[in-house]
Amino acid sequence: MSAQMSERAYAWVDDRLAISRGGRKLLDKIFPDHWSFMIGEIALYSFLVLVVTGIFLTLYYVPSGSDTVYHGAYAPLVGQKMSISYASTLDLSFGVRAGLLMRQAHHWAADIFIGSIVVHMLRVFFTGAYRKPREINWIVGATLLTLAIFNGFLGYSLPDDLISGTGLRIGFSILESIPIVGQFLAVWLFGGNYPGTAAIIPRFFIIHVLILPLVIIGLISAHLAMIIRHKHTQFPGNGAREDNVVGSPLWPVYAAKAQGFFFLTTGITFLLGAFVQINPIWLYGPYEPYKVSYAVQPDWYMGWLDGALRVMPAWEIHLPGHMIPNAFFPGILLPGLTFGAIYAYPFIEAKLTGDRREHHLLDRPRDHPIRTSIGASVFAFYFVMFGASATDVLANYLHLDLNYVLVFFRYVTVVVPLLVLAIAYKLCKELQGTDGGGRRKRANVVMRSATGAYSTVPVAPHPGDVQAALEPVAIDEVELVPVLVNGGNGDGTTAPPADGDGEHVYRIPREYR
Amino acid sequence: MPDERESRPGGEHAGGPGDGLSRPTIHASDGRGSAVSVAKTPADAPQLQIGAKHPRRAEVTAAALLVLAVLAFAGFGAVYIQGASNPWLGGTLGAGMLFFGAGTVVWGKYLMPRGPFEEERHLMAADPQQRADLVADFASRGRVAVQRRGFLTKLLAAGGAVMGVVLAFPLLRSLGPKPGLTLYTTKWKKGSYLTTIYNQRLHVDDVAVGGIVTVFPEDDVGSAVSQTVLIRYQSGGYAPTPFPERQSWGPHGYLAFSKVCTHAGCPVSLWEKQLGKLVCPCHQSMFIVADAAEPVFGPAPRPLPQLPLYVDSKGYLRAQGGFDEPIGPGFWSRGAGPQ
Repeated sequence: MSAQMSERAYAWVDDRLAISRGGRKLLDKIFPDHWSFMIGEIALYSFLVLVVTGIFLTLYYVPSGSDTVYHGAYAPLVGQKMSISYASTLDLSFGVRAGLLMRQAHHWAADIFIGSIVVHMLRVFFTGAYRKPREINWIVGATLLTLAIFNGFLGYSLPDDLISGTGLRIGFSILESIPIVGQFLAVWLFGGNYPGTAAIIPRFFIIHVLILPLVIIGLISAHLAMIIRHKHTQFPGNGAREDNVVGSPLWPVYAAKAQGFFFLTTGITFLLGAFVQINPIWLYGPYEPYKVSYAVQPDWYMGWLDGALRVMPAWEIHLPGHMIPNAFFPGILLPGLTFGAIYAYPFIEAKLTGDRREHHLLDRPRDHPIRTSIGASVFAFYFVMFGASATDVLANYLHLDLNYVLVFFRYVTVVVPLLVLAIAYKLCKELQGTDGGGRRKRANVVMRSATGAYSTVPVAPHPGDVQAALEPVAIDEVELVPVLVNGGNGDGTTAPPADGDGEHVYRIPREYR
Repeated sequence: MPDERESRPGGEHAGGPGDGLSRPTIHASDGRGSAVSVAKTPADAPQLQIGAKHPRRAEVTAAALLVLAVLAFAGFGAVYIQGASNPWLGGTLGAGMLFFGAGTVVWGKYLMPRGPFEEERHLMAADPQQRADLVADFASRGRVAVQRRGFLTKLLAAGGAVMGVVLAFPLLRSLGPKPGLTLYTTKWKKGSYLTTIYNQRLHVDDVAVGGIVTVFPEDDVGSAVSQTVLIRYQSGGYAPTPFPERQSWGPHGYLAFSKVCTHAGCPVSLWEKQLGKLVCPCHQSMFIVADAAEPVFGPAPRPLPQLPLYVDSKGYLRAQGGFDEPIGPGFWSRGAGPQ
């Protein structure tokens, strides 16, 4: 197509939809450059992989809990009684060309999707990107995480293999444990007491492939729309201010990088699907409710829940005629508190600090020791829980008594977060006190002149150390008062020095950081 | 550090004559000028020059990566037609995407305007006047609409509320029956034969001391609810410490417990013969068989319910009756009975 033709085609569309009016802004839209901003992109791209590979899988997977006898390509299971779901999953893995690749890429993409959401969330948390005006987007993001975890669980339950069936059994028990309504919810959702009806697999299938994906797509769209509305946050330095965005324009730089990064993500996902076996359901066998495997862990994002179920002491609350079962505390209360705290955090912080201003410049974690240490401590708690989901594997591997391993985790669950809290706080304080801490030192080149005199010349900063020459950041009026007394003009006055652009620019004195 | 207290470059909105470019620069990759507006930048501005120090080298690298991508994609087509195995299919496809992506990244990073560029950002907070006007308009127009229509407004709310409630019926209640008796009972009843998964009735001589079998009532073989572990704990006699009244429940040293864990419902399948412990493989709860399956470790809060057994005149193992309490994990009205 010649350039003229494409121009004419564009004019045709533009005359009818007036794209050029908004298109100008879109073309010039600036995206700040920082490696940590790409983590959310990984989540977006792996979601696209999930949709595409998922559509492929729906063409072959048959959601049915009805029994059949297997006569497929996988010899060890031929003649076995199993559900149609399990048989069709075997068939799409072994009988459909590239089917196994798509299934494994789908599973890997799900693990990468949720993993990148979590890391992205940590980035947003530790840099304070959730602050006003982005609290809504923080909530949307946290909701996406819950939905992704739910949908991951439903997805790996669909093959109806021995491990996923056991997972569903535990899921039923957790649902059943909710006071007052739990037994009804569980029985209704499953269509009867466990294992429910044969309708349960089609039910989960439609939630997994239609309902939750629709909600997730809607929320991702809202998430991205809000990023465009707010414009991306940025780190200070390099001319970045609260009232501008510094980076690469959408066209062509960001578009090229994003496209490249998309294919890097998909490429790695498919390489994993090719070479790293995941969820080999044919080794687990079909689900029978009276059978179970040993030393089995759920997908990584369910690990913290599984670990919590394990370390929870054997407590129940008994009331006259009623009870709150053990599984309620780790299975419902813990995730409820977790996501409740995540939702509430931006508002709690704003309330406690009294900071109600808009923030578009990101914080360095060390500059906010309380937030950073709280985040690190909470993350450590879930990391310990995750580790606790492997008590049996660790006991086997280390030749230890299972009891010791479990008791160890019960203590560690409490001790490690407290340690991390203290260490992270101290570390932040120390880093604040060390100018240039955590950065590369700028080297000096020693020169010898013709007359034999030595002199040193600092070399240019390393390209990777964008922060190496952090420029002073404007402090809002509210904070200026105490800062100016000490760090002001050196003579006790608080008048701003006359500088180029007439803005108040100060370095916060060390004791105030 | 007063020496660092200097004005920020690019402070003005970019695009003005001499903006930022002549100032001492701050960015680490310096000598490139500060951020400028992408639309208003003259073509010879350093920001519009490409990022690469050696453009030729970058171009060759990008080209090589894209060539590799084309080859790998073509390879995928070839191995697909051949019906090759998963590593070949995924290896070629994944490598193709990886090269394709890497080529584009090199292109975008080194062969495109290096920037930095900037654009303005406006604070989100709305103009209070604008907001006040909108709210006032909304309220005043609304007032016209609902004035002296209080009754209609209430009816509207009532309609919405009733609709909300009744819509929950098909969305939730249609999903399944009420729990009824199902959470409280199993298919075990007086006289049920202990039957294996192969539909064989168990005879008193069938299991050696120390052996374990999963058994079901004859009409519920393979059931998730009625599944029961049968252990021949010793050759005869049974006196569980906490329950002296259960002495008659374990004829010939046979003890039967619900296989559904009281913690989260997994089948309690591991039998530590030496220690006389049943272990749930999911969350490692442990039950002492000799003490009527009392939980001694892990999260399980209650013992596994015990099935009372007897041996009939022909020597078959049978149940004296059902479990005397609901099996499996707890639920809210477990102690209150069916509703």
